[in-house]
Amino acid sequence: MSNKIFASGDEALALGVRLARPQVIAAYPITPQTITVERLADYVEDGSLKSEYMYVESEHSAMAACLGASTIGARTFTATSSQGLLYMCECLHYASGSRFPIVMMNANRSTATPWNIYGDQRDSLSQLDTGWIQLYVENGQEALDTVIQAYRIAENPEIMTPVMVNLDGFVLTHTYELVDLPKQSLVDKYIPFKDYPNKMDLDNPMSTCITAGPAWNMEFKYQQHCAIMNSALAIKEADKEFEALFGRSYGGLVENYHCDDADAVIVTLGSVAGTTRIVVDDLRAKGYKVGLLKLRCLRPFPKEELTKILKNVNVVGVLEKDISFGYEGAVFTEVNSALSKLDKMPKTYNFIAGLGGRNISKEDIKGAFEKIIAYSDSKEIVNNVEFVKLGCE
Amino acid sequence: MERPVVQTYNKPKYIDDYPLGPSFTSGHLTEISSGMRTYKPIIDNEKCVKCLRCFLVCPDGTIDKSGDVLEIDYDFCKGCGICAKECKFNAITMHKEGEI
Repeated sequence: MSNKIFASGDEALALGVRLARPQVIAAYPITPQTITVERLADYVEDGSLKSEYMYVESEHSAMAACLGASTIGARTFTATSSQGLLYMCECLHYASGSRFPIVMMNANRSTATPWNIYGDQRDSLSQLDTGWIQLYVENGQEALDTVIQAYRIAENPEIMTPVMVNLDGFVLTHTYELVDLPKQSLVDKYIPFKDYPNKMDLDNPMSTCITAGPAWNMEFKYQQHCAIMNSALAIKEADKEFEALFGRSYGGLVENYHCDDADAVIVTLGSVAGTTRIVVDDLRAKGYKVGLLKLRCLRPFPKEELTKILKNVNVVGVLEKDISFGYEGAVFTEVNSALSKLDKMPKTYNFIAGLGGRNISKEDIKGAFEKIIAYSDSKEIVNNVEFVKLGCE
Repeated sequence: MERPVVQTYNKPKYIDDYPLGPSFTSGHLTEISSGMRTYKPIIDNEKCVKCLRCFLVCPDGTIDKSGDVLEIDYDFCKGCGICAKECKFNAITMHKEGEI
């Protein structure tokens, strides 16, 4: 019998964390992540989660505390958003370089300035190079399930790399849906506690954060790179095993929605994938051969899956809530880089949308499909980076 | 004075043979490293009771306890002064280099 609960994205994620039973939680509240850490504090208070909850003075300290706890082998969790993530940035590198499997939720939110608390993905996408595995979710259920999967991926002895679970601020964090709560006994079976291979041990004392100069440094960075590259397989395996136990899966690294015979595909990530799916259904009903490719992870980047799915497509639109000032959307750059490996590369077009929480409607996505279909037949060279619904010329 | 035996660590051939991240058994400095010292600790063996507090707190492991009296390895002592500060018998005093 299923156990359904009506919960917001933030609450769903907190429920997932409670099931994962981290031994140490260190977090600093920030909109729109606040409800998650409040719920976790409630769970610790009411005894339903036996965890050490550290009320730290900043996000930098939150990550430092998780790192310390992880060093002695504790399962850890933290959550942040936007400026908090950026304040944590220095420690993100320490966590990934030290190879400790910290799991973090990031509520995707705009970055200052102008000040804004609403959702876009500029915060996490600016942190792609920190050595963290980055997962993006579409709804509350996926948030709950993915945070559980995140522990399995991070703590895999071959991977030992921290994981960031990203969910869209407000669109997901503050909207409610019915979520299915997995059974505790099955979650315990899915992510059993085990010793980290690099944990501090009195019987085998080690120094941590050793120095590695020019003669040694590169090998450690290469080792980190190998681990994240190998995590692609671990992410797929974690999703498959999750399906076997709980009956839900999310396609591993990417979701292919009607791409196989499509002429035009939109690649996107996060909650807007849900809206795009509905638009694909509408357009398919009218005879358009369109598809959606949902990126579930940005690091590792699913190059193989992407090129395999998109190799026969005429035109690809990348819809993202992000801009790398002075060039194009960060995800667009990633997608183009992967597609350039194909003998015949599809035409590509970038939609920059939803910055600072501006709504992305079904009409906007329908317009984006119409635009790329027209673009695929066009011989004219045009600027292929477009700001959607820009209120001026 | 006894220095630890120098053990060379050969670069592994395969990346899997590297330690996981920067966690590894602590090593020792093998080349003289004390050129930055401004103040030099001197042990007064009349006052020293060999409680080994300095041995425990020295961050560079330069207190040698293998002989009859404690000795400081000045090839590695940086002159931080923690030993002098921590000594309960005031048996260690700091002196400016060149003035003693």
